[in-house]
Amino acid sequence: MITIDGLTKAFGAKRVLEGVSLEVPDGRNTVVIGYSGVGKSVMLKCIVALLEPDAGQVVVDGAVVQAMSRGELAELRGRIGYVFQFAALFDSMTVAENIALGLVKRGLDRDTIAQRIEESLAVVELSGTEDKYPAELSGGMRKRVGIARAVALKPHYILYDEPTSGLDPVTSAVMDQLMVRTRDLGVTGLVVTHDMRSAFCVGDRIAMLHEGRIRQVGTKAEIQATEDPVVRQFIEGRP
Amino acid sequence: MSPPVASRIAARDGFVAHIGRRSLETARALADVRTWSPLLMGQMRRLGVDSVPIALFIAVFTGIVLSLLSSYIFTGAVPLYFVGALVGKTVMMELGPVLTGMALAGRVGASIAAELGTMKVTEQVDALETLAYDRNAYLVVPRVLAATLMFPVVTALAMGVGITSGWITAVNLLDLSTPEFFKGLKLFYQFKDIWFGLLKSASFGAAVALMGCLRGLDAKSGAQGVGQSTTRAVVLGCEAILVLDAFWALVLL
Repeated sequence: MITIDGLTKAFGAKRVLEGVSLEVPDGRNTVVIGYSGVGKSVMLKCIVALLEPDAGQVVVDGAVVQAMSRGELAELRGRIGYVFQFAALFDSMTVAENIALGLVKRGLDRDTIAQRIEESLAVVELSGTEDKYPAELSGGMRKRVGIARAVALKPHYILYDEPTSGLDPVTSAVMDQLMVRTRDLGVTGLVVTHDMRSAFCVGDRIAMLHEGRIRQVGTKAEIQATEDPVVRQFIEGRP
Repeated sequence: MSPPVASRIAARDGFVAHIGRRSLETARALADVRTWSPLLMGQMRRLGVDSVPIALFIAVFTGIVLSLLSSYIFTGAVPLYFVGALVGKTVMMELGPVLTGMALAGRVGASIAAELGTMKVTEQVDALETLAYDRNAYLVVPRVLAATLMFPVVTALAMGVGITSGWITAVNLLDLSTPEFFKGLKLFYQFKDIWFGLLKSASFGAAVALMGCLRGLDAKSGAQGVGQSTTRAVVLGCEAILVLDAFWALVLL
């Protein structure tokens, strides 16, 4: 389980997170919704220590991330897959090399790596793209390769940063199916998005981040029936 | 002391501390041999072998100019075979390492800063870390090591070509024979001339690559940020070369 406890982060004078607390239970997809620029991605980056919070902590499987040594952090990152908003594929590498990079670091042998690449590309329905470069792929395909790169590591958790932003409705639906399928494989998901259709499709639990704090958290049904005006306005997309 | 001067000194102090911290992180990442060793040969080819043409181009013209210039200075005052001595000493000890270093600061420093800067702003560096890689071991160490090892090799080639072009110029354009040129070349030659130049160029390589890496990894978002980082990497690389040049002259001469 991932527990976020009182996370605070500011960039200069701009306070982004002001005491965010949230629990991400195992085996389910938790979706964090919120306006653009509210700090959803910052929260994700604090979980894998890409950013250092000013206060608060993240606890993953009982261990405090901010207190980890370099070695412990590397081991933790081996258990958490991260899907970036713009995929963040290594543009000088092929699809297969992108997926293999994390597997090489884990010391897997050549045959196992080849098998994992094949399996993970099959999961995202991109078999046959092994030798293509990211520049040869569409935005949706790149995001799916990003998911394949995360899935290939067989992580306990996957953090999705705006997985459907900038995609057409059909490709967004494909991404949603992938996140549900990944959860069904036993991977705990934490998804940040402002795409409500995607949030309701993917999320078992939904939390809204607003003005630096979690405004409301609940099941899909609880959020759909909420009477909180801010949450209502956001999920209904009213100006 | 006026506040602007104080703040400038504080900013410079912060920058030096930043370089110190990053250098220590890079030194610590040297222990992660499994990560950087497979990447070293590729970087040696990219940063070293691919830089040979520009270094030799500069060396050819440096040799020509030195030969003509020394002839102009010495004619009527000093025996002309001293042209060989001046060309040899200057190319081996100063112009070979420094001009090659400057050229490579532009080529190598800019290339590293632009590549790493683009990786930074497109979150590829973050992606690398989420795959449990140490960014310094994967990105910085192989580049700094490759430049440290390859700058002396490129400089040695430039020295040879510079002296050769100076010799050909002296024989063809000046009233100097080959034996006279080599008499001058050997006159003040010491083995130290070569290793002094090569040692300097190794330090230039380390500094240029380190500046490129630091500026690239500190790039702010957007194309403009990458452009600024690239420019600053080249400027800092050139400044580092001049400072190190003076340092080695003070310490070893």
